[in-house]
Amino acid sequence: MLPAFTLWWREIVRFYRQPTRVVGVLASPLVFWLVIGSGFGTSFRSGSGAGQQHYLDYFYPGALIMIVLFTSIFTMMSVIEDRKEGFLLSVLVAPVPRTAIVLGKVLGGTTLSAVQGMIFLIFAPFAGVHLQLLSVLLVAVVVFLVSFSLTALGFAIAWPMDSSQAFHAIVNLFLIPLWLLSGALFPLAGASGWIRIIMRLNPLTYGVEALRGLLYPGAETSFPLASAMATLALFSLIMFGLALLMVNRRSTRPAA
Amino acid sequence: MVSKVSALADAGREPGPISTPVISVENVVHRYETRTALNGVSFEVHPAELFGLLGPNGSGKTTLFRILSTLMIPTSGRAVIMGCDAAQDAASLRRQIGVVFQAQSVDPKLTAYENLWHQGHLYGLRGSTLKKRIGEILTRVGLADRAKERVETFSGGMQRRIELGKGLLHYPGVLLLDEPTTGLDPGARRDLWQYLQILRDEEQVSVLVTTHLMEEAERCDRLAILNEGNLVALGTPAELKSEIGGDIIMLDAAHDATLLAEHIRARFRVETTVMENQVRIEREGGHRFVPDVVEAFPGEIQAISVSKPALEDVFIRRTGHKFWSEDREANSESDKKRKKRR
Repeated sequence: MLPAFTLWWREIVRFYRQPTRVVGVLASPLVFWLVIGSGFGTSFRSGSGAGQQHYLDYFYPGALIMIVLFTSIFTMMSVIEDRKEGFLLSVLVAPVPRTAIVLGKVLGGTTLSAVQGMIFLIFAPFAGVHLQLLSVLLVAVVVFLVSFSLTALGFAIAWPMDSSQAFHAIVNLFLIPLWLLSGALFPLAGASGWIRIIMRLNPLTYGVEALRGLLYPGAETSFPLASAMATLALFSLIMFGLALLMVNRRSTRPAA
Repeated sequence: MVSKVSALADAGREPGPISTPVISVENVVHRYETRTALNGVSFEVHPAELFGLLGPNGSGKTTLFRILSTLMIPTSGRAVIMGCDAAQDAASLRRQIGVVFQAQSVDPKLTAYENLWHQGHLYGLRGSTLKKRIGEILTRVGLADRAKERVETFSGGMQRRIELGKGLLHYPGVLLLDEPTTGLDPGARRDLWQYLQILRDEEQVSVLVTTHLMEEAERCDRLAILNEGNLVALGTPAELKSEIGGDIIMLDAAHDATLLAEHIRARFRVETTVMENQVRIEREGGHRFVPDVVEAFPGEIQAISVSKPALEDVFIRRTGHKFWSEDREANSESDKKRKKRR
């Protein structure tokens, strides 16, 4: 547990010692939400299919998920940096179980993105949201689960890569469509045909739906909260398993 | 298993030539998809020995280093350190070794103290024990007064010393270093080597260090010289050099080196080696041979030099080519060093 703790601690310290990262984390969510939400809001207000909600309000849970998605995935770019430097090597030759390495790194990234997601809740009153303590806690759980699963996914993607360009390519190819089809921009109910099937298979959809249900108790959601959270927990476990699988491939090939 | 390991570790602390080897490499072969990096290498490292692994880039020393540090499994053969097999018993082996990689492993955003604190946790050290040990190590590497400063503000030499400190933190019996002086200025380089010698003498740590620099290899107690995946020489630097009879005479041919070599062979009955446009001869009493050969072939010799044998001559004798041969274009890093050497 100590090795996992120390790797987690390093992620956090590294984060707050780079002031530009801190600024980016705090400012970018607000900018995204206002720019995209306001832009779409005026363009699609009549046909948005989001009921009586203002689009800025409809978009709020999706924006939160996007923040978590980006932070989670991109903090794991540090895996590639650690590999380029000798840092990862020095961890790999230490008597540390691989599980602890994954856990430490993934929890580090999870902490950063979950905290960022929760900071975004400060803007909630402006999106017409008034939260009880219980729902804040439930939102925290959802945000944590989404952060953890996406960070683990980011770790699994980053582990075999040797360049951050390749990482970006994969992220753009798969993860941005994943977010677009998560119900963040348009609701599942309004989608048709194959898009709807993809949206139902997309784990992020359950994150967006769970948040929407918690933030806007009156809004119509496609799944009950409990089943959405169970799906997210399962997704987290699968992603963590995937990350472990990647790391445990010790072979005759060079480790770095 | 644990008791056996500690027994061997204790044995490793006793100085003396006939004790159990701390590292034994037995017929290690390693193949990558298309090429063979190690072609059956065997040697042993004795306790409290400063052992050098010398070879040009591509000789297989980095591959061997990765096998010893448990990062790769050899295709065949065994590497055993302090009784633990690097492939089968990696977990116990990792506790016994300190590893310093060529690439920087310290985190520049953390302070010197924090880097060691982090490293200590990875090795299961904690609390006041760890705190005390960090203090010792920082004093050891002469950075006690900079403990609270971020490593990014340190010079290259100081960063290396922190690397070394990381490797030593958990009291390893064996320290493995991969080209530790890369990128250091001559002063920092000298300091590092002096420090390795102190470690060997005062703490009886066995040190295995890879290098491609002859002057560093000279400082080792014993050497293994690798070339294209083969062990070409093994012994103390003095032993290796003494096998070369006498002096080294190098002749720069004015026209054709091969022809000149043939003529010299016919006339003086000596062994010659041709390298580019140079002819190389090993001979006792080199200074007496020089006037003879110059008089014998007027106009054919552009320059001539006599020197005592160096480790590079051992390499040439064993492999038939120079340490840095022209056809082996290595990366820019070693190119720079090569130019410096000339």
